[in-house]
Amino acid sequence: MRPVAELSGGVFVEMTVAEALVECLERENVEVVFGYPGGAILPVYDALYHSTKIKHVLVRHEQGAVHAADGYARVTGGVGVCIATSGPGATNLVTGIANAYMDSVPLVLFTGQVPTMQIGTDSFQEVDITGITMPITKHNYLLKDPQKLPVVVKNAFHIASTGRPGPVLIDIPKDVAQARISFKYPTTVRLRGYRPTYKGHPAKIIEIAKLIAKARRPVIYAGGGILASNASEELLKFAEAITAPVTNTFMGLAGFPGDHPLFLGMLGLHGTRYANLAITECDLLIGLGARFDDRVVMNINDFAPHATVVHIDIDPAEIGKVIATHVPLVGDVKLILKALLPLIEKTDRSEWLARIKSLKAEYPLSYNRDGGLKPQFIIEQLWNCTRGEAIIVTDVGQHQMWVAQYYHFKKPRTLVSSGGLGCMGFGLPASIGACFGAPASNVILVTGDGSIQMTMQELGTMMEQGLSVKIIIMNNSTLGMVRQLQQYYCQGRYMAVNFSFHPDFEILAKAYGMAGYTFRTEEDVVKGLPEALRKPGPAIINCIVPSEENVLPMVLAGKGISEAIDCG
Amino acid sequence: MDKHTLSVLVENAPGVLTRVAGLFARRGFNIDSLAVGRTDRDDVSRMTIVVEGDKPLIEQVTKQLHKLIDVIKISNITDDEYVDRELVMIKVAAEPGQRVEIMHMAGIFRARVVDLGRKTMTFECTGNEGKINAFEESLRPYGIKELVRTGKIAMLRGSKFVALSGGALARELEGD
Repeated sequence: MRPVAELSGGVFVEMTVAEALVECLERENVEVVFGYPGGAILPVYDALYHSTKIKHVLVRHEQGAVHAADGYARVTGGVGVCIATSGPGATNLVTGIANAYMDSVPLVLFTGQVPTMQIGTDSFQEVDITGITMPITKHNYLLKDPQKLPVVVKNAFHIASTGRPGPVLIDIPKDVAQARISFKYPTTVRLRGYRPTYKGHPAKIIEIAKLIAKARRPVIYAGGGILASNASEELLKFAEAITAPVTNTFMGLAGFPGDHPLFLGMLGLHGTRYANLAITECDLLIGLGARFDDRVVMNINDFAPHATVVHIDIDPAEIGKVIATHVPLVGDVKLILKALLPLIEKTDRSEWLARIKSLKAEYPLSYNRDGGLKPQFIIEQLWNCTRGEAIIVTDVGQHQMWVAQYYHFKKPRTLVSSGGLGCMGFGLPASIGACFGAPASNVILVTGDGSIQMTMQELGTMMEQGLSVKIIIMNNSTLGMVRQLQQYYCQGRYMAVNFSFHPDFEILAKAYGMAGYTFRTEEDVVKGLPEALRKPGPAIINCIVPSEENVLPMVLAGKGISEAIDCG
Repeated sequence: MDKHTLSVLVENAPGVLTRVAGLFARRGFNIDSLAVGRTDRDDVSRMTIVVEGDKPLIEQVTKQLHKLIDVIKISNITDDEYVDRELVMIKVAAEPGQRVEIMHMAGIFRARVVDLGRKTMTFECTGNEGKINAFEESLRPYGIKELVRTGKIAMLRGSKFVALSGGALARELEGD
């Protein structure tokens, strides 16, 4: 049996580093870890064997583990934990770490490493994972001193989950994991180089309130920071108080109610025309927890050309990185909105709201329903069936953009998707993590025939864990987004985008013991989707959709967001 | 494009130099020179980084550096009064007949001879960048065989100093 750690009287108990690691995880209230064992991480798995509090989920590939931990973190707001062995185990995490880093998702990852004496000798399954992940982690550690394990784990959880969240990796050589230490878990964190600013500068807050009072055409541009700081409620109050329309970045979706009259939908490359035109016409742009990403801004000279720009973000490096900001404010967006609210004066903006209303009427989202079962139609039906009461996980590609456009998210943390990295294959493992994070919710994965085949092996994990993900495959037998790019930018020379072979996804479902459906018509969907979603247990819902459908509106390369092309 | 001198206090931990150098490389910032060594405290090192760029770039460099957990404090001392020094060692071709002439010239720069070979002389010289450049140019006609520069180190003049205490970066950037 694993020894009980130090008692409240401060009695130190001797244990191995691996045992101490498990102890640390329990103290951080980690309930589930996603991982894959191997030689160098053996001591940690041996220690996990004795834990009654931590559930270990064995995936089928380490990329699945890190995406699952990521999905778990996104739906809970807590830290996702992942374990892998050295060498290939560690390198298989890389894509998932980069994904979490781009989307500011808090993860703590443990990797095994070859014994200290063998480091640098190209020994079996050795790789310099701290070197490899330096650009894609918020911080990482190579644990050399066994005594430092508790401090390092404490720091890692702190760094991952505070400030602008992100992944932290701890690499543990096998001999270090086996070393014995006297365990004491620190109660405080001391990091002199890491002190995020939370409270906004009071003078700046007053300045912003004055700008808002003066503005005639304000727009709120809200990103993933709203979700990271749990500020959805404050955002809603703020938007209503200043009567300003709200547009979300892709990462910000579900941070503002999708059916609210002030909501403009997503902006940018595939944003709604009215969101992009509101940005173009606004005289005050209030950026909240967003980073003016290139897929949002497009042509920098055409982005909010008439606006005074207020940028509120917890990461000082995001301010002024892309566009010049008139009023920068570093801090936690929730705290800042709370401080701003009492300073807001009631201003009449009926003229601007009327303009927004007419933009919405003039340029609605639309698609042509002729020519087969359209993916947009399926998303609309999915909305009808769920009304925002589900967790929607997506993969990457056209289907992801259609979800962003046609599904109206109601509550925060109900969209789980790879934004910054745009990582195909994220969806299925992330939906597994989402199931553990929100066991009472319906988890629905919307994916494509390309994306699902990147991490399809995790169906085994899903079945083994008894999870009920409903997997909707938008099956167009092509890599739709790339095909669309080739249509516009390569004059229709379709290269390496069409799949001439596919497995029968319905039979694949059966092979895994899941329900399988194939929908080919609108009628199939209208009749079959509610039933497929209602039936307990996991299912693959294979929707055969036309391959030539495009995501529109679309801002062509080099153009400004006011110049999007649209259907019809 | 101006040259900026950043005095950066970092944790004296393994990998810090890699983190800083890696950051410069992947964000496309150019390091003009970088000198690193520990301070009077074992656990803290100081990096003197000279970087070329306009104001927004330097601001971005500073902010990105500050995101590194191991970076404790950054001071852009460019606009302050400061003393800076660099050490150079130059091995120059010197036939016996030329030695007096070379030594005489080296004296002007207060350079010292630190080694002699059969056909070479090795000098050390300290000073600011301009002086080091001038010394190098004056030896060039004789044939420089090898040259090593440390990179610039710098310190504020008077009683001002770059030490551990100080306001958070955000406050500095917003101009409290």
